[in-house]
Amino acid sequence: MSMTITEKILSSHTGKKQLKPGEFILAKVDLTLGNDITAPLAIEEFEKLKLKKVFDRDRIALVPDHFLPAKDLKAANAAKTLKNFASKYKIKNYFEIGCMGVEHALLPELGLVAPGDLVIGADSHTCTYGALGAFSTGVGSTDLAASWALGKAWFKVPETIKFIYKGKFNKWVGGKDLILHTIADIGVDGASYKAMEFTGEAIESLDMDDRFSICNMAIEAGGKSGIIAPDRKTYGYVRKTPGYKSVSDKVWKDKVKNWSKLVSDKDAKYSQIKTYDVAKWEPAVACPHLPSNVKPISQLKNAKLDQVVIGSCTNGRISDLRIAASILKGKKIARGLRLIVLPATQKIYLEAINEGLAEIFIKAGGVFTTPSCGPCLGGHLGIITEGEVALATTNRNFLGRMGDPKSFVYLSNPAVAAASAVKGRIAHPDEMS
Amino acid sequence: MIIKGKVHKFADDVNTDEIIAAQYLNLTKEEDLGKHCMETLDKDFSKKVRKSDIIVAGKNFGCGSSREHAPRAIKGCGISCVIAGSFARIFFRNAINIGLPIFEIKNTSDIKSNDLLEIDVKKGIIKNLSNNKIYRSSAFSEFMQELVSVGGLMNWVRERKKR
Repeated sequence: MSMTITEKILSSHTGKKQLKPGEFILAKVDLTLGNDITAPLAIEEFEKLKLKKVFDRDRIALVPDHFLPAKDLKAANAAKTLKNFASKYKIKNYFEIGCMGVEHALLPELGLVAPGDLVIGADSHTCTYGALGAFSTGVGSTDLAASWALGKAWFKVPETIKFIYKGKFNKWVGGKDLILHTIADIGVDGASYKAMEFTGEAIESLDMDDRFSICNMAIEAGGKSGIIAPDRKTYGYVRKTPGYKSVSDKVWKDKVKNWSKLVSDKDAKYSQIKTYDVAKWEPAVACPHLPSNVKPISQLKNAKLDQVVIGSCTNGRISDLRIAASILKGKKIARGLRLIVLPATQKIYLEAINEGLAEIFIKAGGVFTTPSCGPCLGGHLGIITEGEVALATTNRNFLGRMGDPKSFVYLSNPAVAAASAVKGRIAHPDEMS
Repeated sequence: MIIKGKVHKFADDVNTDEIIAAQYLNLTKEEDLGKHCMETLDKDFSKKVRKSDIIVAGKNFGCGSSREHAPRAIKGCGISCVIAGSFARIFFRNAINIGLPIFEIKNTSDIKSNDLLEIDVKKGIIKNLSNNKIYRSSAFSEFMQELVSVGGLMNWVRERKKR
């Protein structure tokens, strides 16, 4: 019988030849992830089991990225809990600040996730790795603790919605806009419990950074996972990572041969098929207080801003910073506005410095700061107060997300964010030329 | 088990940032988290809750972040169970994993704040004592029932590790 890419990955991790949506499975996990917010709870639960070791010390990643560098004593304690656990169980992939980055940018960058992998993370945006052709999904802390004991996690095999994107993107429109337009169409629960399979010529045209942005926000439509079948761009990305660059050509060829089978069968069953023409889209902006509350940018010319944030697991990668810098070069941000740029990892941070992007942000009047989830979830490094309005390249604009319950958050791509920082209001990048 | 409690009603798409704001995520104890439950939507919520009260909401309850602090905060402030039109999936699995009873019923629109409900947890039958209506929640799958019956995921893991 035919299967989707998601069913194929899940079945290869259960030893069953055929899986059907709705079936409950206990599947092997290739990588499990926790951060400074979710891992302390998992550690507490795991320790209660009184086991001598974890299932596999190489398959656990601990990334203290949310409130680090420690914003207060409680954050410092949480970080210490992770560090002690990592040392007690000899966890290889524990990342102290200095090598830490925003988890969903860091793990792919290091080559810790590959096509066909099954990844769980106690963070909802774990769905990001679907961009590599992996099945990856967010779970809770107790799930994480259980996986450390068993090396497995329970799942209900999801139905899949197939999204087909046709046409060519207009200038300043990319992965972020694609996913915002999609969420606007299907709603914040439009893909509840389902795998979102992104396909079509428009997807194929996008580089990995844009693909990560797309899969990252599958959860904002309620999706269990987002996935893009791996192709040459995926392989090229993975091959350059520290995890794969020293692999011999022969081993690499075998891997690619296996990965190339990760496609949905032609007669695979979908719960729904949606088709879009991306050529019709202009940059999208999600208005307060839901990611689905999307308006074309041309309708939002009067939205005044107090703060612009460029960064996060959605849009803090090097290509995002390059786009923002291309707009900000030689410009000054609006008087009274705060621009906060957070590269997602140390590698991106250094690239941004070496390429002169950091200088552009600073000369424009912005802040260029260390990798952290920080302001995205109202943690630190840019909380907004009552009545303030922010535009962010992040993924959520829920009530109170960036700070005070009476503040407002808009979401956009990095080009719109940069242009808006200059104008002091939501602005189309074309206004800058 | 029978749960009896007063209703606190919420709308559709209540997200986990609203259930427990990010600034409290470095708390781990249920009672500490409970003091800040639903604070973004209602500053005094935790003070209004009496032990065994019930949250009733529309569709997509618990959407957003994976933070298990959300169901723990709900438990911690004394809420006995959550009834919703539907649950976001990570919240759903977190609730099952930590043993917070949840019930999905098709339409929650005629349950109002301050109604008194009586719930037969095992049968999933919900009686609204304020208007005498009866609702049946969708049954859990066999696997979920197994998790619930052993008292959550960690107990289930303990049993498997013994084998």
